[in-house]
Amino acid sequence: MALSRIQLPAEARRGEAVEVRILVQHPMETGFRRDLEGRRVARNVLHSLACRYNGVEVFRATLSSGIAANPVLRFFFRAEKSGELEFWWLDDDEVEGGAKASLRVIA
Amino acid sequence: MKRRAVLALGLLGIPWRGLAQANAHVSTTDPLVYALTKGKVVNAGRVRLELPKIADTGHSVPMTVRVDSPMTPASHVRGIHLIAERNPMRDMASFQLGSHSARAEVSSNIRLNGSQRVVAIAELSDGTFWSDATFIEVREAACTEDG
Repeated sequence: MALSRIQLPAEARRGEAVEVRILVQHPMETGFRRDLEGRRVARNVLHSLACRYNGVEVFRATLSSGIAANPVLRFFFRAEKSGELEFWWLDDDEVEGGAKASLRVIA
Repeated sequence: MKRRAVLALGLLGIPWRGLAQANAHVSTTDPLVYALTKGKVVNAGRVRLELPKIADTGHSVPMTVRVDSPMTPASHVRGIHLIAERNPMRDMASFQLGSHSARAEVSSNIRLNGSQRVVAIAELSDGTFWSDATFIEVREAACTEDG
């Protein structure tokens, strides 16, 4: 499972736009590179990433080799009550990963 | 009188040119664009694609897309698609948003195979498409000498 880092404020006001950043450690291998012996390095891209807040999907990304290694994504969501932000992702080697962070909503 | 008629035609011609160029940065018959839009008109505007003007390398270039939308259940952005015109994989990324996104703004770091135009197309909840394009000069391409 790939390492990741989530940046999320500890608390937010109800209904406010909350900014989230996630960085996932992943080579995002394009499949166009060759190794030292001239063999093609197989493509391995983190192609799907989804984010749920309290079980409701708030963001989904479909990525290709056009996204830099160790992909960073920044987006916003609206939180009505405290809960858990849950990430899930999948790459071309069928390796899944996930991460969680919690947010406290103050009135 | 004849000259006046020609002048009038010329004046009529200006809005026509404006219409023709309104969509100049997206070709709706491009198969990749067609797969997203099913042939619908892609309007220019409402989207802002922010990229630096020049990047030393194409390995990781900061990118932000913003769409002018209230992001309410009645009117929101459904998705944002990024197309790099000169990358071996032209469809870079798609982001699915909704009214719960609160703000139609997404950032990431992209890879670019040389200087090129990058296009962002946003799909709105009313079924319309909007776009923006930005040219970026890349000093050193991210991929491949051999494609």
